[in-house]
Amino acid sequence: MADIHTKTDEHITPTEVAEVELYHATSFWTKYIFSQDAKVIAIQYSIVAIAIGFVALALSSLIRLQLGFPHLFEFITPETYYQFVTMHGMIMVVYLLTALFLGGFGNYLIPLMIGARDMVFPYVNMLSFWIYFLAVIVLVVSFFVPGGPTGAGWTLYPPQAILSGTPGSQGAGIILMLASLALFIIGFTMGGLNYVVTVLQGRTRGMTMMRLPLTIWGIFTATVLALLAFPALLVATVMMLFDRVLGTSFFMPSLIEFGEHLSYGGGSPIMFQHLFWFFGHPEVYIVALPAFGIVSDLISVNARKNIFGYRMMVWAIVGIGGLSFIVWAHHMYVSGMHPFFGFFFATTTLIIAVPTAIKVYNWVLTLWRGDIHLTTPMLFSIGFIVTFVNGGLTGLFLGNVVVDVPLSDTMFVVAHFHMVMGVAPVMVIMGAIYHWYPKITGRMLNDAMGKFHFWVTFVGSYLIFFPMHYVGLVGVPRRYPELGDAAFIPESVATLNAFISISAFVVGFAQIVFLYNLIRSIRNGKHAGSNPWRATTLEWQTAQTPPGHGNFGDELPIVYRWPYDYSVPGASVDFIAQNDPGTGAKPETTS
Amino acid sequence: MTTVLVFLLIVSSVSIWWLSKQRLTSKPWLQSGLEIFDGHADQIRSSKPKVGLIVFLGIIGMFFSLLISGNLMRQEVTDWRQVPLPNILWINTELLIISSLCLHFALVAARKNDASLFLKKLPQGGSDLSNIEMIKPSVKRAVKNRLRLATFTSIAFLAGQMIAWKELSNSGFQLTGNPANSFFYLLTGIHGLHILGGLVALGRTMLGSWLQITQEKLMARIELCAFYWHFLLVVWLVLLVVMLGWAHDPFISSHH
Repeated sequence: MADIHTKTDEHITPTEVAEVELYHATSFWTKYIFSQDAKVIAIQYSIVAIAIGFVALALSSLIRLQLGFPHLFEFITPETYYQFVTMHGMIMVVYLLTALFLGGFGNYLIPLMIGARDMVFPYVNMLSFWIYFLAVIVLVVSFFVPGGPTGAGWTLYPPQAILSGTPGSQGAGIILMLASLALFIIGFTMGGLNYVVTVLQGRTRGMTMMRLPLTIWGIFTATVLALLAFPALLVATVMMLFDRVLGTSFFMPSLIEFGEHLSYGGGSPIMFQHLFWFFGHPEVYIVALPAFGIVSDLISVNARKNIFGYRMMVWAIVGIGGLSFIVWAHHMYVSGMHPFFGFFFATTTLIIAVPTAIKVYNWVLTLWRGDIHLTTPMLFSIGFIVTFVNGGLTGLFLGNVVVDVPLSDTMFVVAHFHMVMGVAPVMVIMGAIYHWYPKITGRMLNDAMGKFHFWVTFVGSYLIFFPMHYVGLVGVPRRYPELGDAAFIPESVATLNAFISISAFVVGFAQIVFLYNLIRSIRNGKHAGSNPWRATTLEWQTAQTPPGHGNFGDELPIVYRWPYDYSVPGASVDFIAQNDPGTGAKPETTS
Repeated sequence: MTTVLVFLLIVSSVSIWWLSKQRLTSKPWLQSGLEIFDGHADQIRSSKPKVGLIVFLGIIGMFFSLLISGNLMRQEVTDWRQVPLPNILWINTELLIISSLCLHFALVAARKNDASLFLKKLPQGGSDLSNIEMIKPSVKRAVKNRLRLATFTSIAFLAGQMIAWKELSNSGFQLTGNPANSFFYLLTGIHGLHILGGLVALGRTMLGSWLQITQEKLMARIELCAFYWHFLLVVWLVLLVVMLGWAHDPFISSHH
C-alpha cells in the first residue's frame, strides 16, 4: 500500500495570490463585441465555429445527395461536388474542430479551471478572435467569387490545386483559401500563446500541474502541438501562394497543359506533402487530445468516481503529443517514398496505439463499478469511447504499409477518419456543450431533446460510417462524384450509398434539433444553479453563475486537492471541491 | 525534414526539462492540503511576457526550420543553381550584429542604473518606491542612445536587404528564375518581416524611454527586445550558412 498522508499547512505563510490588473469594459462595444474577457471571446469563437460548422454540415448533405442519388440534382456537377468535398473537409477540421476545442473551450475553461481571472494577454486574445473571424469571412467570400471556392480537396495537393482543371484554381478561390488559412494560423498563434502561457504562469496557489483537470492537460498539450504544427501549414500556404500569384516553382514541376508548356518547372509536389502532413498529423491530435481530456472529466463526474490512473493519463497525453510529430509520412505511403521510411513510420504509428490504448483502458476502468449516471453528457462520452475504439482499430489497418496500399484512396479511409477524428471528437464536443452550457448560461439544456439528439446522432453515425467501410473494401475510390460502370463495383454499392445518404440526412436533422435546443434553452431552460453536476473543479465553485467579470469573487480560490475527489470513503458528500480545505475524512492510515 | 526534427529535439528537450520539474510522478490523489512546491514562486519569478516571448520564439524557430528544411530538400535536385550572395549581405550582417549588441548594452546600462539606485536608496527605508524607479539622467541618455542606434542599424539592415534584392534582380536573378532564387527571396523576405515586426516593439520601447515609465517596465521591455534581436541574429546567421550552400541534409542522397 502506498503511504497516505495529509500535509499540514500551518507553517506556510498564506501568501496572497498576486492580483492582476484586470481590464474593465465600459461600453457595450468593449463588453460584448471587442471584449478582452476570455469568456466572451470563448462564446464568440464558439458561435462562429458552430455557424460555419453548420455550413460544412449542409455541404456534407450535398455530397451525400450526389453519392446516394447521382444525376438527380442538376446543380451538383463534378466541379461543384469537388468544391463541396474540399470545403466540407477544410471547415470541419480547421475552422470548426480546432477553433471550437481550443478557441472555444480553451478560452472558457482554462482561466476558470486553473483559478485565474483571465488569460495573461487579454488584448492579444481579443485580436486572436477577430483574426479568426476575418479568416472565416475570407473563406465564406470564396464561395461567391467567380469560379467559386477551390475544389482541390482539403489537402490542397499541388500541382492540381493551381492547375486550370481544378475548380476554383483560376479565379480567386484558391487564393482566398490560402489567405484564409494564413490568417487562421496567425490568429490561432495569438490565442495559442495565451493558452500556453496562462497554464504555465496563471495557475492559482496550490494548483500544481499534477492537480490540473485532464481537460486542461488535453487543451494545453494540444495547443503546444498546434503551435509547433501550424507553422508547417503556414510555410506550405505561403509557398503555394507564391507559386500561384508570383509564378515561382516551389511545388510546381514542369508541366504540359493542353499541349502548352507551363512556365513552372522543377518544383517538388512531394515537399508540399511533407509540409502538409507534418501539420496534418499532429492536427489529428490537436483535435483528439482536448477530446481525451474533456471526456476523462465527463466520465469521472458522471461515474462519481475518480479517474483511473491520473498519472498515466497525463503521461499518455504528453507521450501521444510527442509521438504525433514523427508519424506524418504514414499519409504518404503511396507517394513513392523509400520503403525503409515506410517501415519507420509504420512502426512509430503503431507505437502510438500504446498510450492511446492506456487511455481507453483507463476510461473503461473508471466506469467499472462506478455509480454511473446516464446523463446526456455521459451518453456522449460513452459514445465517444466506442466510436474512438472502432475508428482506432481501422487505423491499425491503415498504419501498415502493405494493408494501406490497396486501401489507400478508397472509401475505407473516409470511413476510418470520419469515425476517429470526425464523429468521435464531435461526440465529445456535444457532451461538453451539454455539460458546460449550464455554467455558461445558467440554464440546463432540455434533457429529452438531448437524449433524442444523442441516440439519433450515435446510431445514425454508425449507419453512415459502418457500411462505408464495406464500400471501401470492395474498392470504391474516394473523391469520385459518381462511379459509372466499373466491373468491380457490385450494384449493391449503389443501394448502400442511398442508405448511407438517408442516414446522413436524419443525423443532419438531429443537429438542427440540437441547435434549436441551444437557442431555446437560453431563456426557457431549467435554472441550473451553480453546480448542477456536483463536480469538483473550480469553474463550478464560482460565486456567480454565469461567472462574472474576473471569474471569481474578491478572492481567488486556493487549491487543496486534485480534481477527482468523488465518492471519497467516509466523506459526507460524494464530491469534495478542489478548493475545499477540509481533509475530506481521508483515512490517516499508513501500511 | 532533418532540420525540423533537430529543432523539435531541442524543443522537446526543453519541454522534458520543464516537465521533470513538475513532479509528474507524484500521487495527487494522496496529497491533499496546500502544496509547498506548487511552482507558484517560479511563476512569479519569471514574468509572463518573458515566458510568452520564449514560447513565441519556439514557434518562429519552428517556422524557419521548416523553411530551411524545404531549402535543403530542394537544393539536392540537379537544376539548383546557388545564388551568388551580394557582398552587401556581409555589411548587413554586421549591422544586425551591431543592432543586437546595442540592445544588449542598453539592457546592461538600464540594469546598472537599477542596481546603483537600489543600493543608494534602500537603506533610507524602502517606502519611497518612486525614487527607486526613477532613472538617472546620464543612464537614461545612455539607454536612449543605444536604443536609437539599435533602431537605426536595424532599419539600415532592412534597407541593405532591399539593395541586395535589387542588385540580384538587376543581374538577372529573378524570383521565378531558379528555385534557389525563389528560396533566397523567400528566406530573406520572411526574416526581414520579423525584423520589421520587432521594430514595432522596439519603437514602443523607445517611446517608453522618453515618457516617464517606470524603470522596471522599461527594463522588461528592453530585455524582451534584446532577446528577440539576438534570436533573429542567430536565425540570420543560420540562414546565411544555408544560402551559401554550406548546409546539407545527410538523409537526402545528393544527385550531384
